Amino acid sequence: MSMDRRQFLKVAGISSILGFGASAASATHPTWQPSLRPDQMDRNKDSLWAKRWAMVVDMSKFKTDGDFQKTIAACHSIHNVPDFRKPDGSVDRKLEIKWIWKSTYEKSFPGMEEGKYQSEHVKDMPFMLLCNHCTNPACVRVCPTKATYKLETGITMQDMHRCIGCRFCMAACPYGARSFNWVDPRKAANLDPAKGGKVNAEYPTRTKGVVEKCTFCTERLAVGKMPACVEAAPKGALLFGDLDDPNSEIRKIVANKLTIRRKPELGTGPAVYYLIGGGEHA
Amino acid sequence: MKIYNKGPVFLGIAIFLALALFPFYNNFGKTNKKPEPKTDTPAIMEYEKLNGKKECVEPKEYMRAEHMVLINNWRDAVVRDDNRGYKSSTGKRWNMSLQNECMRCHSNKKKFCDECHNYMAVKPFCWDCHIQPVEKEEARS
Amino acid sequence: MLEKALEGGKKYWAWVFFLGIFALSGTYWYIRQFNEGLGLTGMHRDVSWGLYIGQFTFLVGVAASAVMLVIPYYLHDFKKFGKIVILGEFLAISAVTMCILFIFVDMGQPMRIMNVILHPTPGSVMFWDSVVLSGYLFINLLVGWVTLGSDKKGVPPPKWIKPWIYLSIPWAISIHTVTAFLYSGIPGRHFWLTAVMAARFLASAFAGGPALLIILALIVRKVSKFDAGKDVIQAVSRIVAYAMFANVFLLGLEFFTAFYSGIPGHQHPFVYLYKGLDGHAELVPLMWTSSIFAIVSLVMLWIPKIRRNESLLALTCIMLFASLWIDKGFGLIIGGFVPNPFEEINPYWPTYPEAMITIGIWAIGFLVLTFLYKIAIAVREQTAGVEIEH
Repeated sequence: MSMDRRQFLKVAGISSILGFGASAASATHPTWQPSLRPDQMDRNKDSLWAKRWAMVVDMSKFKTDGDFQKTIAACHSIHNVPDFRKPDGSVDRKLEIKWIWKSTYEKSFPGMEEGKYQSEHVKDMPFMLLCNHCTNPACVRVCPTKATYKLETGITMQDMHRCIGCRFCMAACPYGARSFNWVDPRKAANLDPAKGGKVNAEYPTRTKGVVEKCTFCTERLAVGKMPACVEAAPKGALLFGDLDDPNSEIRKIVANKLTIRRKPELGTGPAVYYLIGGGEHA
Repeated sequence: MKIYNKGPVFLGIAIFLALALFPFYNNFGKTNKKPEPKTDTPAIMEYEKLNGKKECVEPKEYMRAEHMVLINNWRDAVVRDDNRGYKSSTGKRWNMSLQNECMRCHSNKKKFCDECHNYMAVKPFCWDCHIQPVEKEEARS
Repeated sequence: MLEKALEGGKKYWAWVFFLGIFALSGTYWYIRQFNEGLGLTGMHRDVSWGLYIGQFTFLVGVAASAVMLVIPYYLHDFKKFGKIVILGEFLAISAVTMCILFIFVDMGQPMRIMNVILHPTPGSVMFWDSVVLSGYLFINLLVGWVTLGSDKKGVPPPKWIKPWIYLSIPWAISIHTVTAFLYSGIPGRHFWLTAVMAARFLASAFAGGPALLIILALIVRKVSKFDAGKDVIQAVSRIVAYAMFANVFLLGLEFFTAFYSGIPGHQHPFVYLYKGLDGHAELVPLMWTSSIFAIVSLVMLWIPKIRRNESLLALTCIMLFASLWIDKGFGLIIGGFVPNPFEEINPYWPTYPEAMITIGIWAIGFLVLTFLYKIAIAVREQTAGVEIEH
């Protein structure tokens, strides 16, 4: 096959660029260097472990608004969740970030409320909402970089390092559980020292352009502690345990008592159960 | 020899030289001293007292060259594999955490991390999220 | 051939300059957005995709529409389209370029874009979207360049380009199907969870893209010696007519399912968009404009006397394009997010920076189109009268 000089130069040039580029990228790129071997890493001895972490919410144990605020504050403060306020002190709904929040019956279970025959009192009954850590989550399915994924323990985890901020997961989540950092979270008044804020130095903040949500406190489970909201909530209000363990308290509740989940018909398999009827449990 | 398009050609050469030589003439007269990272934080001195020597997670030479590889591996181990214990080649077990382990000893970011990073004009964006430790005065320098 | 884009008269450079101003302003606003975050836009926790993704969705359709010229010419030997296939392919390149730019400006962490390639996730529709879009750009660049180059030399294109041309046909269908899957495969957003989403996308693409092509062909005829020919434009307009009918029909199907089934979740987005809900009627005028333009343009396309009048045809195509732009580039996105999963209405409207970035990207797209068309026209004017073989 004969080739003129021009063609030769074109082919040679492109091959060299591809060759150099590929070898340089593969040799130095951190992603293609070996990750830790299983024998180099382990869990803490006191870490909590489960096959399917789940939560049962007993709204009857939340008595005052303070109960709610304490629970939410426990989570948001240790995780450096920014609290954006408008000048008049109201929540800035545009920039709002929340991992756990107080909502109403009407909004938590839309479609179940029946307009005119229910009193406002019933429609406004409070419910604690958070990420449901679904068994078959739509968000994990759609993420193009696996920045959100399932852990072995059943938690739907978020890798803030990998997230490209495409917000496909936010579109896919049927529960509105995810928040995006539209601006630098460190500018919020509760995190900015210049505005009198304080951070928890043991946990990172996030940066603008990534999605975040409840992680069932993996960093606390790793050192033998219950999630912050579970600890701060009134006794028996938030129960956390291994649904796969036949002896766990929440397994007994879910198996034997009446519970509902949000939008179960969508097939996502939420792991947050709302107990109906209250009652005594450990 | 006839030069065509004299004006644009010489102008182009002049602009090119101005851009290409910028790093050199812009730094005329400035000194650039060798980086001297300090490992004398209270936490490190405490460690030395307890263990008889200063040591990091891995040997100094490895850390100097490959600390980003280690940090990235730690990130994936903690966030993606849910493991927080690291068994290093020194035989010790460390808690994989940038803020709570690395920076526990190296709490002097300005006199340690930034020394070499500034010299090499490297700006790691870890600190966009991970919180820098509050600089404490060293016990002695 | 590239040098042909640099040879032009005063009007040409004035147009390029005009586009350049908007491109620069868009660049400035994007730098601001890059530094300050997407909070500069009107998006928020409930409406997390807005104008950028809407424009991307709409332009994927425009890009796919090149296939409406390729199929008749290459598969069915409809020789009349020989002269203008290149216009369709170059429009596709410009449209895909704009798609990629809109994705880029919408990302929260654009510097991490390589993560999509480093951590491929075959289960994610968005991963496949990036694959098929990049592939389509490559195919059109290859096919357009090679066929135009052969034209210039007055010879038929090399045989090896044929498979690529045939590949571009299913590939064009795929890019818009995959983009539709971004919406129709996620639970919980009633407005989007419909099997006909991909069909609607394709129908509106095959109406809107060729409509734009008609407008561009008429403009090209005015500013150069390249005349696509009245019968060619008429042939394209018939394609637009059928596709637009399919599009309007499919939209009607959506209305039927939503309202005859009576399911509140399905109805609410339509009510919000077309009537207003809970005191919020921000989008109502826009959506009705879109629908009225759609019906009017469809009727005008159906009446042969009107369709054959090229000035009226131009007006029809402009109305049609505007109607589809509103419906797909804006209404579709908002309808999926409002009401939110809690049945609340938190409306969305783009901000000034967001609009300027959008306009900037359209300007860049038109710049690409201008340069490519300039080259194509120059080659055509050179080879005018020579029958193009294939």
